[in-house]
Amino acid sequence: MSEASRLERVLRSGRFAVTAELNPPDSADPAAVYDRALVLATVCDAINATDASGANVHMSSVGVCALLTRAGYEPVLQVSCRDRNRIAIQGDLLGAAAMGVRNVLCLTGDGVQAGDQPEAKPVFDLDSTSLLRTARMLRDQGNFLSGRKLDARPQFFLGAAANPFAPPYDVRAVQMAKKVSAGAQFIQTQYCFDLPRLRAFMAQVEDLGLHGKVCVLVGVGPLRSARSAEWMRTHVPGVHIPDEVVRRLAGVPAGRQGREGRDLCVEIIRQVRDVPGVCGVHVMAYRQEELVAEIIEAAGLLPRSAQAGLHHPQGTEETAI
Amino acid sequence: MRIMSWIQNHPRVLEVVYSRAQAALRPFRRWLRRGGTIERVFIVGEIATKGPIFDCRMCGQCILHSTGMTCPMTCPKTMRNGPCGGVRLDGTCEVRPEMPCVWLQAWERSKRMPAFGDEILLLQPPVDRRLEGTSAWINEATGEGARMPPGWGA
Repeated sequence: MSEASRLERVLRSGRFAVTAELNPPDSADPAAVYDRALVLATVCDAINATDASGANVHMSSVGVCALLTRAGYEPVLQVSCRDRNRIAIQGDLLGAAAMGVRNVLCLTGDGVQAGDQPEAKPVFDLDSTSLLRTARMLRDQGNFLSGRKLDARPQFFLGAAANPFAPPYDVRAVQMAKKVSAGAQFIQTQYCFDLPRLRAFMAQVEDLGLHGKVCVLVGVGPLRSARSAEWMRTHVPGVHIPDEVVRRLAGVPAGRQGREGRDLCVEIIRQVRDVPGVCGVHVMAYRQEELVAEIIEAAGLLPRSAQAGLHHPQGTEETAI
Repeated sequence: MRIMSWIQNHPRVLEVVYSRAQAALRPFRRWLRRGGTIERVFIVGEIATKGPIFDCRMCGQCILHSTGMTCPMTCPKTMRNGPCGGVRLDGTCEVRPEMPCVWLQAWERSKRMPAFGDEILLLQPPVDRRLEGTSAWINEATGEGARMPPGWGA
């Protein structure tokens, strides 16, 4: 079994961590993954591979992660409960671990109604919390849910999601504590555009004695325009964008709104850094990997220590095809 | 419908009913087995009572007293461990905007349940899908309803 999670090492060292999201391509070509990974690799500590986020089908997160580990990148495998039952999920977790995946983000997943195939059967055999507990069981107890023993255990650094920006607000930190007791070692939050709400949440997290027990990475990302902000807050589940943010974008000419959205994101990152208990940021921008890199640089979060071995396996004996 | 939600909004009463019913059934435990006439009678009883009050889905593993007397199986994602991150700002469901989030109601009601309110913090294991359609009351008496997956551990 190879070495432990690099993301975990960064977080344990107390450095402010940066993770970024790689949007899996609609392609069977590994180059599509590597092109995006190359942009992100030098600006972040780990690359998230989303699992059909928004219930839209793309290349699978296990597939993307397998490609990434082959090239020496540090992926975070997102696993959602929407599309697979407990048999498939446990198998995928072992397969991913065998491919060198160490970081797993356990999610419930958006409902199928949000995606491009709303006629699909929603599975939800597990929920995010029982999924976490199941992944921890594989790692710590070395068996399947059936009780059958594993010959070798996976080494996982386990994560979960939290949304401090959705009701019931007073329960969100308690809910996160439940996920921590189920096995979560790091947390990624939903997009943060509301600093006061984040501060209130983190204060509750501290009151629950969770500082130091779990690393909270705050989700951030650029808005393209006032219109796309309006679209996101009405169509993307769980994203809360306050009116003043939309007004600020609408206040500049259409051609400059993208720039304003980028600047706002950099400002939010700087403010998030000062919130007690926050261990890092998770930068998301749908299919705008270059912009993510630019934002991380502008926020003063560089240099990151390069992800191990930035060689692409194409043309070598490790070729993915 | 108004009467039913009125009943649900008195979780304090419901938890007393639950404890009394549990105590009343205990002496008859040895006759409570799955697969017989007694179970058929129970199933009819559960559909007739829990159906209209809780919109019960007959999962066979009733945890209503641990979830603020609000059925988690009515959540479109059948979340048994708390709300998802998709709850809308007005407190409605991500999947079905016309309904309030089940877990928002569960938390509110659990605060008004002195006996079992804290059980909302318990980690619920995955559902045993084989028990769907069976009597949760009998499964509770036999212990089958609370059985964990074999590998779940402590």
